Amino acid sequence: MSSPGLQGGRPAKVLVTKIGFDGHDRGSRIVAAFLRDAGMEVVYTGPWQTVENVVNLALQEDVDVIGISSLATDHLIVPKLMEALKTAGLGHIAVVVGGIVPDSEVGLLTDAGVAYVFHPGASRDQIVNTISGLAANARASA
Amino acid sequence: MTRIDPGSAEAVAVLVSRLLSGETRALAKAITKVECGEAGAAALLAAIQPHLGHATVLGITGPPGVGKSTLIDALIAELRCRGKRVGVLAVDPSSPVSGGAILGDRVRMARHTGDAGVFVRSLASRGHLGGLFRTAWGVIQVMDAAGPDYILLETVGTGQSEVEICDYAHANLVLCAPGLGDDIQAIKSGILEIADILVVNKADQPNAATTVSQLQGMLGLRSAAASGVSVVTTTASTGEGLPALADLIEAIARDRTTPAGRRRGSRGARRALANAAGDRVRERALQAEDSSPIDALCERFARGEIALDAAAAELVRLVADGEDGGE
Ligand SMILES: Nc1nc2c(ncn2[C@@H]2O[C@H](COP(=O)(O)OP(=O)(O)OP(=O)(O)O)[C@@H](O)[C@H]2O)c(=O)[nH]1
Ligand SMILES: [Mg+2]
Repeated sequence: MSSPGLQGGRPAKVLVTKIGFDGHDRGSRIVAAFLRDAGMEVVYTGPWQTVENVVNLALQEDVDVIGISSLATDHLIVPKLMEALKTAGLGHIAVVVGGIVPDSEVGLLTDAGVAYVFHPGASRDQIVNTISGLAANARASA
Repeated sequence: MTRIDPGSAEAVAVLVSRLLSGETRALAKAITKVECGEAGAAALLAAIQPHLGHATVLGITGPPGVGKSTLIDALIAELRCRGKRVGVLAVDPSSPVSGGAILGDRVRMARHTGDAGVFVRSLASRGHLGGLFRTAWGVIQVMDAAGPDYILLETVGTGQSEVEICDYAHANLVLCAPGLGDDIQAIKSGILEIADILVVNKADQPNAATTVSQLQGMLGLRSAAASGVSVVTTTASTGEGLPALADLIEAIARDRTTPAGRRRGSRGARRALANAAGDRVRERALQAEDSSPIDALCERFARGEIALDAAAAELVRLVADGEDGGE
């Protein structure tokens, strides 16, 4: 049995959530299960969070990574989230976005500080490895 | 930017003063430190000892899906109306295979996320048996130091093995739902004994009254010590029955200042120590390397060359030797 939490450290802790108006959370449920099966602890919140709520959730849960799933145009709110996290003293948290993000808008997100954008079809390994690497970095710079 | 070691005495002192002044980020970090046994955890716990005892701690347990998280959501709403500050520790099980976990309890408490008088933390059981997690006792103390009036502890919903919360909490709420024979069975086989308040939730569903009278019948059959148990009905999803439940809880909070109330709150440290030691022995036994002394002992036991009691005593001795060896 692998039990990374019992060795004095802790498993990566990830907030998986959706902001904005789109309520389809199937994608985020699948990603949450991938991360759990890779040994991470996932705080799952369901859709329709406001930017303020995501900041409060990340603050109380002391997460290393926030994963935002976006199907419609919800990712356009992400730069606001990045600002709000910095203001709250949570600039060390890595933010990733997954879902349907047009190529022309990826730059907008990475310029705002988003660590990674996953496109549809991203493999399980790619998602898990990227997020666990980001989590380790975030922990080290918390 | 120069970084100071977060486990150093100075860093811990700064974190403690921020925690005591009510800073949310400091509370979150202090919980992580103690939850995970990071450097400085013991010093942090020592430093907050003079500041403990304000919060009334309530254990909330019951079978999966009975409505523990929803009841906490409704109870937060009621206690906030009464001007009380609330901390929540919600525990979900870790996967025994991957060690990972999905922590979903706070989905039901979403409306309180932006309220500065409410702090919710989701935690994984990380292999600890008993409904909580290994370092729960310390994490409860950290939350207490931040000053809430109530701390609500949601256990993993197994319905049977959460007996340890009775030593950590000032009072325990045990939930069941109407019309499910299995629930009554689960309650019979252990957790009825720890209930100070029995909550029949989902009272909007048929047969709630039958369940209440069944429970009252079971209580009547028990010793005089059980006579203080209250049975209440709630519909957590609408808030029905919550004012009466909150009245009972506030009475428990007032009672804590009686000698009996104080005694009750002081057993947790003993339980925490016993649990931590037990977990340590279990881990060592299950993770012993091939042909280590512990592995050899297990082999002897498997072949029937040593009796269980003697082997257990030997295991404890070997684990203690290993600790001395300073691995
Ligand atoms: N009809 C009805 N449904 C309720 C009531 N309380 C909770 N529920 C529903 O029961 C389901 C489970 O509720 P939770 O609060 O998640 O239950 P839980 O005991 O916390 O579950 P675990 O944490 O998974 O063990 C949800 O769909 C709730 O909406 C109630 O009073 N009446
Ligand atoms: Mg729950």
